Amino acid sequence: MPRPLRLAASPLWWTAVLFVALLLAMPHTGALFHAAFPAAKPPVYARASFVELFLSQAGIVATASATASALGIAVAVFVTRPAGRDFRAIADALATIGQTFPPAAVLALAVPALGFGPRPTVVALFLYGLLPIVENAIAGLETVPGAVREAAAGMGMTGWQVLARVELPLAAPVILAGIRVSVTIGIGTATIGSTVGALTLGTPIFDGLAGNKVPLVLQGAILVALFAIVTDMAFARLERRLRPPGAAR
Amino acid sequence: MTLSGAPARCRASSAFGWNPDRIALALVAVGAIAVAGGGFVSLAPNRLVSGRPVALWAAAGIPATAALALIGLALAGIAATPPRRMRHYAVAALAALLLIAVLLAAGTAARDLAAGAPPLARVSLGAGFWIAAAAAALAVLDGLQRADAGNFVRFLVGAAIAAAIAAMAAGGWFDALSLAREYASHRAVFGTALTRHVALVAGSVLPAILIGVPLGILACRRKRAEGAIFAVLNLLQTIPSIALFGLLIVPLSALAVAAPALARLGVGGIGAAPAVIALILYALLPVARNTAAGLSGIEPTIVDAARGMGMTERQIFWRVEVPLALPVLVAGLRIVTVQTIGLAVVAALIGAGGLGDFVFGGLGQDATDLVLLGALPTILLALVADFLLKAAAAALRR
Repeated sequence: MPRPLRLAASPLWWTAVLFVALLLAMPHTGALFHAAFPAAKPPVYARASFVELFLSQAGIVATASATASALGIAVAVFVTRPAGRDFRAIADALATIGQTFPPAAVLALAVPALGFGPRPTVVALFLYGLLPIVENAIAGLETVPGAVREAAAGMGMTGWQVLARVELPLAAPVILAGIRVSVTIGIGTATIGSTVGALTLGTPIFDGLAGNKVPLVLQGAILVALFAIVTDMAFARLERRLRPPGAAR
Repeated sequence: MTLSGAPARCRASSAFGWNPDRIALALVAVGAIAVAGGGFVSLAPNRLVSGRPVALWAAAGIPATAALALIGLALAGIAATPPRRMRHYAVAALAALLLIAVLLAAGTAARDLAAGAPPLARVSLGAGFWIAAAAAALAVLDGLQRADAGNFVRFLVGAAIAAAIAAMAAGGWFDALSLAREYASHRAVFGTALTRHVALVAGSVLPAILIGVPLGILACRRKRAEGAIFAVLNLLQTIPSIALFGLLIVPLSALAVAAPALARLGVGGIGAAPAVIALILYALLPVARNTAAGLSGIEPTIVDAARGMGMTERQIFWRVEVPLALPVLVAGLRIVTVQTIGLAVVAALIGAGGLGDFVFGGLGQDATDLVLLGALPTILLALVADFLLKAAAAALRR
């Protein structure tokens, strides 16, 4: 298929277009929401633009996830080397136990340490986001067969070269799956972060819930749901790209 | 709560022949630094103001500090001996003792500080306490892991520590802590919130099993349905919880208006109805996925053998496929239960009640210990559910 046609046939593409279109069109839907919910005033969230809310939330999630990915992969690399072997079990245990902690609780507990605003949300997202990344990166690095590593070392590669050119590329799809989980949870938790002062697409939802204004809840909910879905679809596509050709799913 | 991976005791000794428990040593160091850094507890003029950090020795006195230091040194000493199974048990036992000692010290610190302060003053647990307690708990876990202790031993150790903490709490040891005072002033609603939380989880997980298991069977039997089922369930799982709650408000309030009988039953845009529906929708994916995975993981030759023995399709399903797929399903149930316990916290935001009421109520009032009163039981619930269902899956696999 030629490239433009392939783009048009991709669900990721048109979901992304729908999301951006709604993000831009939402401020102009006042008449529509007024007709559906005559009692609600204002019919559209107006304290900040939806684009501004989206950019703020995307920035929070991106900052937290990028930091968590860098540190998470570093931890996984350390505990899968001979020097860090001892710490592998405890890193794995921390990642598993930590994930049983409810994200909303982690967020709430970050507030006393950091105060209101975007900071507790970024830190909670970072801490919670580390766990699936560490877990998956350890699993991914350990699925690289020993024979492959030995062959690479036999070709004269140094330890760092084996890691950078063989192990990490082979583990990449599994690591990316961990980052995907982390980002999905991050978007959801960042939405709740508006209760502790972060500016996100969740802000209209909570304003609407507090003032019993259903249109505001809907506007925030639709946009944040689409944001999460588009992001997840983009990760799914990236995962397919990274999988080595011919490898089984 | 199990530690997975190769047991470290299988490794060869290091070049110098000295093979200490580096994790226990690291954890002792982390705990010691956290306590030495001050801020074991904090003292605030009232419950809504953040306090100033108070060091362990200033709050609980020199003898308590020395006792903690001694246990920590003993733990480090044991950790430095040659690796044997007994060492791992000794590390776990000493770490458990250290954990209880840290809790005792916190109670003493709170009582002594509160005694010399005005009645409105609050003593909260500080970073030093939390880090030291977490380090001790991790050392217990790692010791048990290295000793290759079974689920029963782990359960006994966990129950013994829990019983010790419960006895201290019942004996009033923690009464001066702000957390205990929050509990005392919310005692009447705490039980209701806890029951409500468990009811929300059970009321969501059970229907999710009833719907998700047939969906999983369908996905496994009809490959064409599989793609559609998992695409929809995966999409639902991606949507942030508060957005799904919000999206359900409109259809449910419309339904309540259209059918007043349903409204009298409690169906409405706000409350338990949207919460339970959303929690069920979230729970469907892990249930259906693990059902399908469990069924498709069965060797076709086993089913063929059963057929050759003259079993009917129904018998094959109930006597062969269900028992073989059950461990995988229970593993999915663990994911679902832990996930639902966490998501039910958020449900408090749409008026569904539960422990989330304390979490968000505490956030609203800026009362940290009220947040903890909601968050700690939630975390404990999740950890207990995780342990029990993991043990159940392991028992079924045998």
